[in-house]
Amino acid sequence: MSGWTRKDLLGLDELSAEELRIILDTAKAFKGVGERSLKKVPALRGHTMVNFFVEPSTRTRTSFELAAMRLSADVVNISATASSLQKGESLKDTALNLEALRADIIVLRHSSAGASRFLAERLQASIINAGDGAHEHPTQGLLDIFTMIEKRGSLEGAEVAIIGDILFSRVARSNIYALNKLGAKVTLVGPSTLVPKAFEKLGVKVAHRIDDILETADVVNLLRIQHERQRKEYFPGIGEYIKLFGLTKARAERLKPGCLIMHPGPINRGVEIDSDVADGDRSVILEQVTNGLAVRMAVLYLCAGGVGLPS
Amino acid sequence: MSTLRIFNGRIIDPANGRDEKADLWIRDGVIIETPVDGTKADEEIDAKGRIVAPGLIDIHVHFREPGQSHKETIGTGSQAAAAGGFTSVVCMPNTSPAADNAGTITLIREKAATSSVVNIFTTGAITKGLAGQELAPYNAMVGAGIVAITDDGHCVQNHEVMRRAVEYARMFGLVVLDHCQDYSLVGGGVMNEGEWSLRLGLPGWPRIGEEIIVMRNILLADLCDSPIHCQHISSGGSVRLIREARARGVKISGEVCPHHIALTDDHLQTFDSNYKMNPPLRTERDIEAIIGGIADGTLDILCSDHAPHAKYEKEVELDQAPFGILGLETEFGLFSDILVHKKKAIDMARLIELYTSKPAKLLSLDRGTLGVGAQGDVTLIDPDLEWVYDKELSPSLSRNTPFHGTEMKGRAVQTIVAGKTVWSL
Ligand SMILES: [Zn+2]
Ligand SMILES: [Zn+2]
Repeated sequence: MSGWTRKDLLGLDELSAEELRIILDTAKAFKGVGERSLKKVPALRGHTMVNFFVEPSTRTRTSFELAAMRLSADVVNISATASSLQKGESLKDTALNLEALRADIIVLRHSSAGASRFLAERLQASIINAGDGAHEHPTQGLLDIFTMIEKRGSLEGAEVAIIGDILFSRVARSNIYALNKLGAKVTLVGPSTLVPKAFEKLGVKVAHRIDDILETADVVNLLRIQHERQRKEYFPGIGEYIKLFGLTKARAERLKPGCLIMHPGPINRGVEIDSDVADGDRSVILEQVTNGLAVRMAVLYLCAGGVGLPS
Repeated sequence: MSTLRIFNGRIIDPANGRDEKADLWIRDGVIIETPVDGTKADEEIDAKGRIVAPGLIDIHVHFREPGQSHKETIGTGSQAAAAGGFTSVVCMPNTSPAADNAGTITLIREKAATSSVVNIFTTGAITKGLAGQELAPYNAMVGAGIVAITDDGHCVQNHEVMRRAVEYARMFGLVVLDHCQDYSLVGGGVMNEGEWSLRLGLPGWPRIGEEIIVMRNILLADLCDSPIHCQHISSGGSVRLIREARARGVKISGEVCPHHIALTDDHLQTFDSNYKMNPPLRTERDIEAIIGGIADGTLDILCSDHAPHAKYEKEVELDQAPFGILGLETEFGLFSDILVHKKKAIDMARLIELYTSKPAKLLSLDRGTLGVGAQGDVTLIDPDLEWVYDKELSPSLSRNTPFHGTEMKGRAVQTIVAGKTVWSL
């Protein structure tokens, strides 16, 4: 598709609004493929994609794997436990080996911010960032935005609240960067320890009470809260978190009628969101998963320079 | 007997308050009065257009011997020092094993005696193994020749241990140098905590992680009435604290590395580990405050924190890369360029003072002066030379520097140790 010149997808911060639209449009075309009985196109036939997950994630890995298979690419999965990284080989050496095996696309999930850029600068292969530390998770951001646009049309002027652990969230960052570019108004909601005021420098609003945004939000995107064991210095406990930030049934009733409820999963039922609300008719959590496939097909297709886009 | 005459130059010797056109004579490695009888020198150097300065001193370098000679040896480090115009350097004790005992100090000094082209001074650790728990044997280390103590690379977190270290060091007239970093506040921080750490999702290293230890050191220096020198100041807040304390007469001092005034944290946006330093690069506001501190005398020591690392060690994920960069060859040029030429915060004579008599005085080194009877360590400086740094020409064993290709104005062009030229452009 014209306009796309990048080899890699490292983050949404570096993409223009135009590039975001190219991906979203391509994803729309690919979504149709998933609705056919034969869910496959030959766009990446002969290409090899390596799912290189240094940090485990079954959901994201499976989604990329299926996306690649639908594009007829060959797929190899490498996980951290099987990888030589645990035997002291450097990321660079491992990657050079993958390149020597002629991998065309490497999907990297890694616990270090910047890891995908590190590979992209050193390898011929297309690098797709599937989450790098607390930095970015661009395909999650894209699928969130794809879902919002699909449900609402334009994002221009839309009030989007992202709620939870923003400080450590790559999903939040990718959302912020793309939403800003597409004209949405973003409010970050969470404890002051996890949503420091300095986030305002990114062009967003910061709030510390979920009740402040319930009546105005067009979208609430609830992020997963890590267990208190890992975050004990950031807030006193899950009970207090739920009181202050949980999307309870009572709070959900105050949301605008058309407000979308999103979550990148996996959900902690009864923590970020009450079970009933997660399964309610404003929740698009499962549609996000479906759209993830289309978005990842688009990203793989564009970065690998594939041919044979479905008409 | 061999004599050297340096003529036609402008002698700037802050230790003796000299700034004048004159000849400088060195006989058998020692500075002598200019002979009045028409003596001919064995060797002559025409220093036309150059400043004749006391040999420059860097009180903060990491040469990696013993233990990590693949990064740097005392020999290669000393050549990098000479190429930067330095005739004396002070090595940090975080070698492997750590320089926390007389034996290791002696080993380093023996190595220096046979392999170094410049004067190598050594420091000893504040605590055994730099572990922050038990005091190292200062008396024995003084016997082996240390000039100061520091746990650089680490910071003593226990204030009681630090207090006793300062008190005990006082008996030997040792200055305590401190790498100011509060571990509980810094955690796994890899870059300045601010807008860029938020954008990049990298763990932040907040200013107060430095400032709280600077404040601790001010309180301890005051309590013990003994000097503490804060290494590599990166935060504008630290400058303010030191300024206020010095005005009250507290024996506190601070030093500045060029990268902390040449670069800001936005350079990390490409995740290039050559911008990963400890303490980290901060912001324009900090830079202004630090330059203000240099201009008004709050901070009167300049140094490199020369920290060589092998390519394979730096070429990893940013959060896993070691901290630090090379510095000896670029520091004088960068400070000259920024402080003297661009910002006009100080003049060249003051810059030379910050690199000669000030560090010599802080650590009681018998260097940093062109007085008669002093060792003939001289650096010739071209104050207006415009040049570009090429890391590939470095004598260092490592290449970790963000200043490759950087243009600078002002450079040391010849380095003379005890009357012998050890490097010239
Ligand atoms: Zn240090
Ligand atoms: Zn150091």
